[in-house]
Amino acid sequence: METTTINNNFKSEEYFINMGPQHPATHGVLRLLLTIDGEIIRKVEPDLGYIHRSIEKMCERDSYQQIVHLTDRMDYLSSHINNEAVCLAVENALELEVPERVKVIRTIIGELTRIASHTLWWGVMGMDVGALTTYFLGFRDRELINDIFEETCGARLTMNYNIPGGLMYDIHPNFIKRVKDFITHFRTKLPEYDKLLTGNVIFQKRMKGVGILTKEDAISFGASGPVGRGSGYSCDVRKHHAYSALDKVTFKEALRTEGDSLARYEVRIQEMWESMIIIEQLIDNIPEGDYKVATNAVIKLPKGEFYQKVEAARGELGVYIVSTGTKNPYRLKFRSPGFSNLSLLNHIAVGGKIGDLVASMATLDLVVPDIDR
Amino acid sequence: MNISLSITNTIYELLLGFLPEGYEGVANIGAMVVIALIYLIIFAVAGLYLVLLERKIAAWFQLRIGPNRVGWWGLLQTMADALKLVSKELTGTERADKFLYNLAPYFVIVSALMALAVFPFTQEFQAFDINIGVLFLMAISSIGVIGILLGGWSSNNKFALIGAMRSGVQTISYELSVGLSLLTMVLITGSLQLSEIVEVQKSGWLIVQGHIPAVIAFMIYMIAGTAETNRAPFDLVEAESELGAGFHTEYSGMKFAYFFLAEFINMFIIAAIAATIFFGGWLSPFGITESIPLLGVVWFLGKTLVIVFLMMWFRWTFPRLRIDQLLTLEWKYLLPLNLLNLVLMALIVWLNLTIQF
Repeated sequence: METTTINNNFKSEEYFINMGPQHPATHGVLRLLLTIDGEIIRKVEPDLGYIHRSIEKMCERDSYQQIVHLTDRMDYLSSHINNEAVCLAVENALELEVPERVKVIRTIIGELTRIASHTLWWGVMGMDVGALTTYFLGFRDRELINDIFEETCGARLTMNYNIPGGLMYDIHPNFIKRVKDFITHFRTKLPEYDKLLTGNVIFQKRMKGVGILTKEDAISFGASGPVGRGSGYSCDVRKHHAYSALDKVTFKEALRTEGDSLARYEVRIQEMWESMIIIEQLIDNIPEGDYKVATNAVIKLPKGEFYQKVEAARGELGVYIVSTGTKNPYRLKFRSPGFSNLSLLNHIAVGGKIGDLVASMATLDLVVPDIDR
Repeated sequence: MNISLSITNTIYELLLGFLPEGYEGVANIGAMVVIALIYLIIFAVAGLYLVLLERKIAAWFQLRIGPNRVGWWGLLQTMADALKLVSKELTGTERADKFLYNLAPYFVIVSALMALAVFPFTQEFQAFDINIGVLFLMAISSIGVIGILLGGWSSNNKFALIGAMRSGVQTISYELSVGLSLLTMVLITGSLQLSEIVEVQKSGWLIVQGHIPAVIAFMIYMIAGTAETNRAPFDLVEAESELGAGFHTEYSGMKFAYFFLAEFINMFIIAAIAATIFFGGWLSPFGITESIPLLGVVWFLGKTLVIVFLMMWFRWTFPRLRIDQLLTLEWKYLLPLNLLNLVLMALIVWLNLTIQF
């Protein structure tokens, strides 16, 4: 049939649909403007701003200790790693050397955070492709990590455990034992994930060859984290620019070259294994010492520009501080992984079905407050 | 064949005793209404308890406890839910096609309840024993999709429309497989009458009599039956993560409850057909309780519930298919396999290779 253009570049069989801001697949308040031809996606335009809290602007108002608390509210699933990014940036600017003990504890909790984030992602991922049971299995394991966090820092989600110069408190006496127990538990439970979902023939068919992102595109869209590594782009900040105690451990960077949804999925599953390996290397050798070094009550960074990047659960989180030598930053910019990863959604979803869009969006692992800030 | 409308007759005669001479017509209609009411009440309650069963089984799969607050072991939970739904306000969309919008739930629930009439629950317990039972079931079960299509289309919501269109495509495709797999079994029985089909199985359940092609037919039937009830892994019609609630997005209160209940009654029906046609209906294995005909109900429900459990098991372990994969599965794999299976079964019946005790 001859297609005619009506208006707004819509072909005559195409129609427009709003996915979100309230929609089960967008995991938060993300709004996608979809142009659909029957079941086939023609265009995806993300519309942001529904949970914008102007965190970057608020940072200009706050002291450096206060900024750490704001970062919890960005990517709330890797709050510890966000805190760490700001603290490292401030410590580097002050040329402050933190004790080894702090570095090791930060790394252990950071990797636990990564596991917690990935288990939640796995549960929600299964739910997005219609397997509801995964959600509860993911949460079962995440709860144990949250309990460990609760015991040590008093909070389960927005942890605020890092401060510039070290940690808020020392670890709880039970910490080491509980982490070890968790690793033993999770080593038996992670294969269950593969048994339930990865090997399933329907799941394989839904993921394989869907939402393909080439390495060149991954780089040009600024993809990072598991999304970039699923396309064969070696972008693990932990490997290339090791921070905290990560230079003392050996681990493999999870890399896949296929670039499809299944590759991104496998990268995250492998990352959970690697995180456990990292924790196992560190948990027995937490050095004795102070858990923080004293800083001035009012931290003033020297005049200049400072950048620190860390590997958050979703990819590269960058903190860029412009300081004029006062107690507040002149400008603070977060380079959040979710924003760049969302930008390539249109690229990988066009031409697929509605189901493909949901599945590929799940493998991007979007956290909307991280995108909006 | 001593299976007839015996219960209807009993009620008919009972009513005739109360009524004066010449009111046979009234008694006849009265008996039908009473039977219909009994069925309605039994299956509305049965549907509610299937919902509870599903929730309990889901909880069991998902490391949860499930409903456990209303009544002992949560037994009154779904009753309370139903009461809540009855008392809720019926909202709808503006500029919906009001007439069709209101009509749609009734198509679904009525077709679901009508199909129950032909099942032989036990030797003497069958409301409506017609000689084209299997055909009747097929015909009735395809009326339900009209309700879904109308509901999705008339509610003036794009998500609902996508759901309804998916449902149309899916149900029309999978009906072929359900029909052909049942037809395969009819080749052995030589009758479409359900009571007679059960009678034939006194010399062995059909899945045993028909051995290889019967097992293939059963597997195809289970896949297609799950698809026809729009349940996971074929729940594209509702596809929570894609379409919100699919075709019933805009329904609330009792109208939503009709769709919800119909899904569970349809599941019961698909399982009951499987139990009747493949597993001997109310017959006990090896005739161990043949002397107590009333126990037939227990056997029938037992077999049905095992198959219902199987369908729930699918739902809580499998991810969802994509729409093109769903159609590929039917038209490229199940349908050709089914046609071949039909020929194989015909050969087996023709050469007398069936297993009979």
